[in-house]
Amino acid sequence: MSEEAILEARYLTRKFKTADSRVLTAVDNVNLKIYKGKTLGIVGESGCGKSTLMRMLVQLDTPTEGQIIYRGKDITDSKGKSLRENHRRIQMVFQDPMASFNPRMKVLDIISEPLLNYKLIKKNERKNIAKKYLKMVDLPEEFMDKYPQNMSGGQRQRVGIARALTLEPEVILCDEATCSLDVSVQDHIIKLLVKLQREKDIAMAFICHDVALVQSLAHKLAIMYLGNIVELISGDKINKEAKHPYTKALIGSIFDIGVDQNTQIETIESEAPSPLDLPQGCSFQNRCPHCKEICTIKKPELSKLKGEHYVACHLYG
Amino acid sequence: MKIVNFAKENREFVIFSIFALIILLVAIFAPALATHDPYEAVLNDSLQSPGREHLLGTDVLGRDLFSRILYGTSTTVSSSLILVGIIFVVGTALGMLAGYFGGVMDMIIMRISDIMISFPDLILAIAIAGILGSSLGNAIIAITVVSWTKYARLARSLVIKIMQSDYISAARLTGSKTPHILKKYLFPNILPTLIVTAATDIGSIMLQLASLSFLGFGAQPPTPEWGFMLSEGREFLQRAPWLLIFPGLAIFIVVMVFNLLGDSLRDVLDPDTNRINKKCRKKVIENEFKKDCKGIRRNSASNWGIKWMWK
Repeated sequence: MSEEAILEARYLTRKFKTADSRVLTAVDNVNLKIYKGKTLGIVGESGCGKSTLMRMLVQLDTPTEGQIIYRGKDITDSKGKSLRENHRRIQMVFQDPMASFNPRMKVLDIISEPLLNYKLIKKNERKNIAKKYLKMVDLPEEFMDKYPQNMSGGQRQRVGIARALTLEPEVILCDEATCSLDVSVQDHIIKLLVKLQREKDIAMAFICHDVALVQSLAHKLAIMYLGNIVELISGDKINKEAKHPYTKALIGSIFDIGVDQNTQIETIESEAPSPLDLPQGCSFQNRCPHCKEICTIKKPELSKLKGEHYVACHLYG
Repeated sequence: MKIVNFAKENREFVIFSIFALIILLVAIFAPALATHDPYEAVLNDSLQSPGREHLLGTDVLGRDLFSRILYGTSTTVSSSLILVGIIFVVGTALGMLAGYFGGVMDMIIMRISDIMISFPDLILAIAIAGILGSSLGNAIIAITVVSWTKYARLARSLVIKIMQSDYISAARLTGSKTPHILKKYLFPNILPTLIVTAATDIGSIMLQLASLSFLGFGAQPPTPEWGFMLSEGREFLQRAPWLLIFPGLAIFIVVMVFNLLGDSLRDVLDPDTNRINKKCRKKVIENEFKKDCKGIRRNSASNWGIKWMWK
């Protein structure tokens, strides 16, 4: 690839100790690259470590092992001033737009606060800044004086995006930024994000559990299962070229209006194993229809299939 | 207009604030309201029963009880308010620091508060007041040392809860520094709960102060203080019961007013109970609406569409 990777995760692992001193591996040896002006979609079911991964990338959480590389520089252990500088470059849009705002702050304060924090504007410029960013996310100026709890979910999420944009970051990470919204509102928010990304050439990572939604905007998709990336594929190829059984199952679970009522819906058998008690070998083995002997013994590595397509599966190893 | 609406919606709160205001006015204007000098001993009038000359009677030194109670209001009320203020500030500050920084800071502050909690309040206060010497100021210090833990624990648990929320992560990400987070994010969000606690506490703090004074560790003679007046009157329980009845009644009234004020303040400030009230109101309106619709439904009982819609 000729483009430059802005943010990179190398062998990122996060382990949590539970109260009874067992170890929970939320993210396991993950390698990712986020490129300028491109969107990386991260898909996976609940509890597969997507959010933990994202919290590590924005440095709200520290990885147990591995590095986070920003423009070729290792920023994993930065603290204090340098951490604050990193925050300025790497912003995040939160999942729950209600919980991500201080209920005692008006929209004006929410939008202007980041800039005031970094002393990039003076106090009397607040209103102009708020106007500018509200316009950018298609909200009327009057919203400045509203409290977030008096707005609808979609409006709140727009304010969240405006807040993330104010510092003009190079990377924006969206943690299921649309999943708490109505389908129609989701569509608007996604269009807005894509538009803003094109205008500002921002690198984006978009976490989602909806494959259909994320493939519409992501240049590249990473499919996560129990803390591992099981497949890395171009967004436009996922429908035809997806190889990993889990990815295929996810695609099979997409519904649309034109779905044939007579075909049987294929479901994934049984539950995902507990991340506290991972089986030896492939973590998908108990649900995989093509499970072989080797799958129960050796864990498959992510290996190149062709071009930019990587799969972690013994069937294609 | 807004004030009128507010008063209509929070009738209880308005009534009790008026009572509290009256008490404060009495405390301030005691010199104007008093019929006698509360310090002037007229031994000829010793232990007179309530009558025209002395509204509530006199004590053993012939001092007018009514005037002493009025003057006592300012001593009792002002010292209780100061006390609650000090406890509020100290407890909240320590609790916020413990909750925000965690680790060693949390350990130290919370272990100290554990030590304080492991003794009965009053006994510890007596011990401290005893060491420091008897005076109203020392009684205030003693009660502060004993009572700040409640606020510290409350503030700490509220802060810990807020720290886990997304908006604190968002604040960090947007470059907010620690003092800014404490000031703009944590403090305003824990304030309502703490204010309600403080308001309901005024009554019990007043009682604690009166107890210390009653035991001789608080106000010193000849300061008119209700707890101490009770203690003085105890000896004459049978000969002059008014010496106990009236200061006791004064304590009772003031404590009750401040307690009820605190309770009603909770209804005004606490967003949760407020929301429930609004929900109830909404439900009432909805029920009315449904009743109206029932009429329509009966008229077109065969119309399944409408029936289904209202289900």
